[in-house]
Amino acid sequence: MEASIEIKKALENTLPEKKPLKKLLVICSKGTLEDVYAALIMANGALMEGIEASMFFTFFGLDAINKKKQDHLHTATVGNPALMRHLPTVIGGLPGFEALASNMMKKEMEKLDIPPVSEFLDMFMAGGGKLYGCQLAVEMFKLNEEDFVDDLEGIITVGDMFELAEGENTQIVFV
Amino acid sequence: MTETMNTNSIIEMSSEGYLKDPMQWTPEVAHTIAKEEGIELTDLHFKVLLYLREQFLNDVRLSIRRIGKSGIVTIKEFYSLFPGGPLKKSSRIAGIPKPASCV
Repeated sequence: MEASIEIKKALENTLPEKKPLKKLLVICSKGTLEDVYAALIMANGALMEGIEASMFFTFFGLDAINKKKQDHLHTATVGNPALMRHLPTVIGGLPGFEALASNMMKKEMEKLDIPPVSEFLDMFMAGGGKLYGCQLAVEMFKLNEEDFVDDLEGIITVGDMFELAEGENTQIVFV
Repeated sequence: MTETMNTNSIIEMSSEGYLKDPMQWTPEVAHTIAKEEGIELTDLHFKVLLYLREQFLNDVRLSIRRIGKSGIVTIKEFYSLFPGGPLKKSSRIAGIPKPASCV
């Protein structure tokens, strides 16, 4: 049955040879909702394209892999003029306003099938992605391995991190 | 343009290798495209393919998350069934358009 189906590719030989990305390292250094999601979407998107991907979390980015904090990230309502252009700073600073804005944003993301951070990290790891924490930042914030998601690959130095980005056709994305 | 031909019909594909008319899809077409991708289709593959087609025909936007919640495969299984770009490869084999999803 299969023998009777023939595939013809007319253009393939005339196109220049592609050199697709093979490996991606995403460094997440921030703990705000939008920055963590930007990092996650790019890293997970790489896996979806068949690109090997790892994520390195440093400084406030560690909140994304911190079990207690990861699903309670906020977006800044003060000092963030792109959020609501006509919002007076003093209103953005009212108690509870940041939580309200962050929850609204999370609801909008849920509509687009973007999962909460903890679930997103599980999705990333299910696709073969690896997570690392920054040793220096972990020490600075006085955190322990127990504070982080269970499947963390390791808490590593900057030197180890660069090893994650070795090889041809590799890119580093810094968020 | 890419064309897949068999003795009975000519199946037109886009330059990216997706079926132009999803209704031309048959299990044989799936086998042929899968072979090109280096995938030997099993019953579980077909369960996923049929699920994808059903979602597409119901105008549901596909995402890896949704497939993980379909009850057919876990996300991990989905990646291992269609290695190297699971959503795109499975959509191609399922004869549906290129997925427009980032998650």
